[in-house]
Amino acid sequence: MLEQILSILPQVIFDGLVLGFVYAMVALGYTMVYGVLELINFAHSEIFMIGAVVGVEVFRYLAPQVPNGFLLLLIALLLGGAIAGATAILVERFAYRPLRKRGTTNRLVPLITAIGVSFILQDLVRLIEGLWHNEFFLRMRTVEDLEGSFDLFGGAIFVQTKSLVLILVSMAMLVGLTYLVNRTKLGVAIRAVAQDLQTASLMGIDPDRIISRTFLIGGSLGGVAGVLFALQYTTVNPYVGFLPGVKAFTAAVLGGIGNIPGAMLGGLVLGQLENFFGTYLPILTNGNFGTEYKDVVAFLILILILLLRPQGLLGQVVKEKV
Amino acid sequence: MSALAFALNLGYLALAFLAPGALSNLFGLGALLYTAFARLSPNARALNLALLTLAFTLNLQRSGNTLGLIGLVGILVALTTLPKIPTWVRALLGLAILLLSVPIAGFANTFIFELGIQIGIYAAMALGLNVVVGMAGLLDLGYAAFFAVGAYTWAIFGSEQAKNFLQGNFPLPGEYMYLFMGIAIVTTAITGLLIGLPALRLRGDYLAIVTLGLGEVVRILANNLDHPINITNGPQGITPVQRPPIDGFRNLMAHLGVPLDRTTDYQLFFYLLVLLMIGLVVLVNVNLANSRFGRAWVAIREDEIAARSMGIPLLPTKLLAFMTGAAFSGVMGVIFAAQRTFVSPESFTLLASITILGMVILGGMGSIPGAILGAAALTILNLDILKTFSEFVRTSFPQLPSQVDPAKYERLVFGLVLVLMMIFRPEGLIPERRHRAEMEEA
Repeated sequence: MLEQILSILPQVIFDGLVLGFVYAMVALGYTMVYGVLELINFAHSEIFMIGAVVGVEVFRYLAPQVPNGFLLLLIALLLGGAIAGATAILVERFAYRPLRKRGTTNRLVPLITAIGVSFILQDLVRLIEGLWHNEFFLRMRTVEDLEGSFDLFGGAIFVQTKSLVLILVSMAMLVGLTYLVNRTKLGVAIRAVAQDLQTASLMGIDPDRIISRTFLIGGSLGGVAGVLFALQYTTVNPYVGFLPGVKAFTAAVLGGIGNIPGAMLGGLVLGQLENFFGTYLPILTNGNFGTEYKDVVAFLILILILLLRPQGLLGQVVKEKV
Repeated sequence: MSALAFALNLGYLALAFLAPGALSNLFGLGALLYTAFARLSPNARALNLALLTLAFTLNLQRSGNTLGLIGLVGILVALTTLPKIPTWVRALLGLAILLLSVPIAGFANTFIFELGIQIGIYAAMALGLNVVVGMAGLLDLGYAAFFAVGAYTWAIFGSEQAKNFLQGNFPLPGEYMYLFMGIAIVTTAITGLLIGLPALRLRGDYLAIVTLGLGEVVRILANNLDHPINITNGPQGITPVQRPPIDGFRNLMAHLGVPLDRTTDYQLFFYLLVLLMIGLVVLVNVNLANSRFGRAWVAIREDEIAARSMGIPLLPTKLLAFMTGAAFSGVMGVIFAAQRTFVSPESFTLLASITILGMVILGGMGSIPGAILGAAALTILNLDILKTFSEFVRTSFPQLPSQVDPAKYERLVFGLVLVLMMIFRPEGLIPERRHRAEMEEA
């Protein structure tokens, strides 16, 4: 059995990396919004789902017109990111901002709103797809350019072109985001608002605008992740965002919520752990416990971190202030 | 004004007799609204409400139209919320509606019994969640998980399912259901303890996501624990689950002169059982709210740090709220399993948890009549109005794609309920006094 485990280990690590990058990109959306608003934006999993659905639709309609698969993917990524980002802005504008303006101190109110928004978005997408195609279980169209594959390390790892693209695009996005947050004026403003919203507004920063931008950035990242997710795992429906969403949030907590490098790290670690258990659990238990339990693993990890290291891997302990 | 209300209600009574059905019921609902909101003296209002109760009951008995049930619920709300109605009128009319009107309607249209039972089960659960969310301010998004634990506790032992892993004489006879209601309290409270212990140490938001995860874990377990040992029978679910024997109940009803047949006997029994449970749950709720724990929960909800400074132990107090809510849900799970005689993982999705949350939010967090009203409103909306609307859409717009069927869009409806309530009326339809003050102060 050990031999079997070792022989597929490189492949397991690679697949975990692919999954981890998806989680990392989604986790960033959670962590950034949490940073500025201290709100778990449950609707973010639906922003991700919208990206995936846009990806499917772009491939469905443009694949015959655009012969180059990479160009097609670029269009899908741009459109997916834009539509998801726009949705995130709208959600903030019409659901969260009215609450902020009223100045509710009750912490449950924004959380419940976020859950409600998440449900509304799921069924709106279902309604649109229902009117459009009378079908809401979607399949990503395969494009030849992206379906190629090659072996690495003498056949130890089987790499699909699309997985490689996924990794490269996510890395580029993560580097870009790090630059944006650390080196640009907008990044400074976001960090200022995250640290202290009131003081930031005294320094000439318009918090509403910055919060809106934060939703745009997080939403676009989520949308891009959605397109890549659809490309990689091919089946998409309006409810597909829920599990990756919860897991990405777990990743954000794992890395230390509010902490941007933490979210990336958390995503990668969670991707590895989940894929590891998902693959090896059936082997280790002789098939008595199947891959289905990989979702349970993610939640157990969440509970364990909350018990042992609630501030996350890279987070700092924050005392609650009066 | 008083004369107009009286005339309207008499008119509706006549309509209910002459032309029972949806249209006359709509007229009745209008009359009810006028009675509730017009300036009437308390006595005139009590008289008019009694008149309306009679008329709605008559209409239900003659037509079985479910709009009448909405009317009855409306009267109950009016009775609990309107000021200055004498207490004996409130009690008498309320009991008449619950014990006479609804069963009479149920005999005319068994779907109304079904609705009544579902409303009751959901109301009891909403009251349980009300302790967690409303009183203690802990957002529990996996409440259906406890419901599932309760339901499976009885379903496994009240059917042949337990034979798969235990020696013994299964299914257990139906009387054991009452014992299992007690066992479910213990198992769900322990589940609540195990989940709450890590999650409640942290800030409230984490609890939301951990309970969300828990809900999912319980569903996954229910779906997959059919191998290596078949405990839950997986996605097919468990059936038939034993119901308690009701010979004594049948005899009693025969003595009282209530005609029962093979379907209505269990429906009436479960309806009354659920009513009894709601009564108990309300009693526990009221007592808790006024107890040391209830005050501690409210203190924690309003300001954790201040509460801690006053010497309230945070973790045990929160845990107690969490476990109380879980236990309520577990008991109702047992009744649910017995009433349906069928249990499957599909009943315990995130949607179910959010539905119950929506009921609490709609009625008003912390408010006992609110939770019951929320349960009635959302259950009727979900099981009756959306379905009727669906039928209407299907017959009037046959060219619409089949996927665009309003009955399938419960999530949209519940999501809208949550968001709109949070933006426009966060204290709920029947706000609890202290909660309203808290929301307004902000």
